[in-house]
Amino acid sequence: MAWIEVSDLRKVYQRDQQQIPVLDGLSLKIEEGEFVALMGPSGSGKTTLLNLIGGIDSPTSGDISVAGTNIARLSGAELARWRSNTIGYIFQLYNLMPVLTALQNVELPLLLHKMNGAERRKRATFALELVGLGDRLGHYPRQLSGGQEQRVAIARALVSDPKVLLADEPTGDLDRKSGEEVLQLLERLNTEFKKTIVMVTHDPHAAESADRMVHLDKGVLSA
Amino acid sequence: MLQLVLINLFRNPLRSALTLGSVLVALFLYSSLGAVLDSLQATADSGSRERLATRHAIALTNFLPYDYKDRILSIPGVKRVCTQVWFGGLIGGQRQRITQFAVDDDFWPMYTKDLQIVEWSEPQVAMSVPPDHDPHLAAYHAERTACIVGRGVMKKKGWKLGQTIHLQGTRYRGGWDMTIRGVYVKLPGGSWNEDLILFHNEYLVEKGMGGKPSTGVFKVELSDPSQSAAIATQIDAMFENSDNATKTESEQAFGAGFISMFGNVPFALRVIGLAVVFTILVISANTMVMAVRERTSEIAVLKTLGFTDGAVFGMVVAEAAILTTGGGIAGALLAKFGLQGKPLAFIPAMTITWATVLTAILIAIGLGMVSGFIPAWQASRLRIVDALRRVD
Repeated sequence: MAWIEVSDLRKVYQRDQQQIPVLDGLSLKIEEGEFVALMGPSGSGKTTLLNLIGGIDSPTSGDISVAGTNIARLSGAELARWRSNTIGYIFQLYNLMPVLTALQNVELPLLLHKMNGAERRKRATFALELVGLGDRLGHYPRQLSGGQEQRVAIARALVSDPKVLLADEPTGDLDRKSGEEVLQLLERLNTEFKKTIVMVTHDPHAAESADRMVHLDKGVLSA
Repeated sequence: MLQLVLINLFRNPLRSALTLGSVLVALFLYSSLGAVLDSLQATADSGSRERLATRHAIALTNFLPYDYKDRILSIPGVKRVCTQVWFGGLIGGQRQRITQFAVDDDFWPMYTKDLQIVEWSEPQVAMSVPPDHDPHLAAYHAERTACIVGRGVMKKKGWKLGQTIHLQGTRYRGGWDMTIRGVYVKLPGGSWNEDLILFHNEYLVEKGMGGKPSTGVFKVELSDPSQSAAIATQIDAMFENSDNATKTESEQAFGAGFISMFGNVPFALRVIGLAVVFTILVISANTMVMAVRERTSEIAVLKTLGFTDGAVFGMVVAEAAILTTGGGIAGALLAKFGLQGKPLAFIPAMTITWATVLTAILIAIGLGMVSGFIPAWQASRLRIVDALRRVD
């Protein structure tokens, strides 16, 4: 069985009386350790697919299996626990807590795991050093550049050693140089740390960092 | 997790401080209102059920002839009768908040278990004191213008034993000089408080009543307290058809009746207190709703990271509860230590019980829970994808 397996997935949004199909019977397999780029025009359903794989949205029908767990059948609380153990999520706009330092932001996911403060700080520090921000532990997001913020977000995503990293347009809000650094970091996480990565991107250049590109159009895979 | 709650609490320090301040003021006000109720209740509870109080049947302000004393004493089972007249003088030219009573000599043996003389002047000439009287009252008995003052008043006014104080009469005109010849304290479980000035009834009769004694209240001590109801009926029956019919009840009931003269003030205070609490509930709920709305995307991120709906709910409620509890504790303690013992209008010394303080704190915690509930529920029900506002 594939590490991530999506079968006959449908997602329909209800807006007033209107039903808007976003994914229409989509099936997809991603192997462990693969780096996959999801590409497609706006409205193609790539972020929706990413959210469904990450368990932050629920499908209208179909099955999603990630690392051996069929998440379509988990309750809300079970999904939350599953996310904290399995998924690391990287947002386009970083979504760091502005009132927390870089270190505190990275420590956040570890609050859900049984460990003392010293252990949390140790792991968070390691994650920040890994993304090259060992000297920015006490900085608040407003004191960091966009690229640095995204690297803090990546550190937050990987600090609990998740099985899968999901990245939604991770370079979409960055300048070319910072974007390049982020892509190199993701590649390194994939090659050195064997992380399975699914990345949504519009950018063909960014997609080149991935092992495989998957194109979506109007809710189905396209060639 | 608590650290995160605290950090969120102070992310907008001005708003948090203002909310905390409004809760503080509200709970201070609530505790103060509670203090008024406590003080009124303390007055109502201060009397004994084993003594009777006889007053005019029509109103407390109507006086009874002094010769009723001997007639009451003639009733079998009555051990002792004393008189007590509220004086109502001004001290230092300001509206006085220290209660004064003119009492006759039988007052002192009646209240030996309630009051104790702890400081006293020695009489200038040797004088015998009645056998059932405290010998420390010798100087008081020897001097018509002497008075005995509660320790609370002595401390508050900074008076010294032997000092002559001046009272300006209101009900009984003219200036009244009195010399402090003793200081009393309240004994545990005793009636009265330590905020009184007690002086000779003879002085009042001579100077204020033109030599014609009358009294506001007779206090009646019984040989057998179990007979109190029957004796009360007997006393009232004795004067039933006179010009000055009496109403006799236990001293405690008398105190409660005195409080009832304030009509529905306790009820009004409770209503005001509840209105204050409700207002603050709305304010703090509004604050929390705003605080949570501003953090919609952050809450979505927390959920994405794996925080459960319950954890998010708990964090928001905890945030509200800490905010209101902090304000509540500060407000209640400020009232307790700021108002305790202080005079307020007709209350000589405010009493704020720990029960009132605890009630205020519990209300504050409850306020936090209730005001945090709606935003917490909203936050816990928040759908991550909706909060992130991005559907691609």
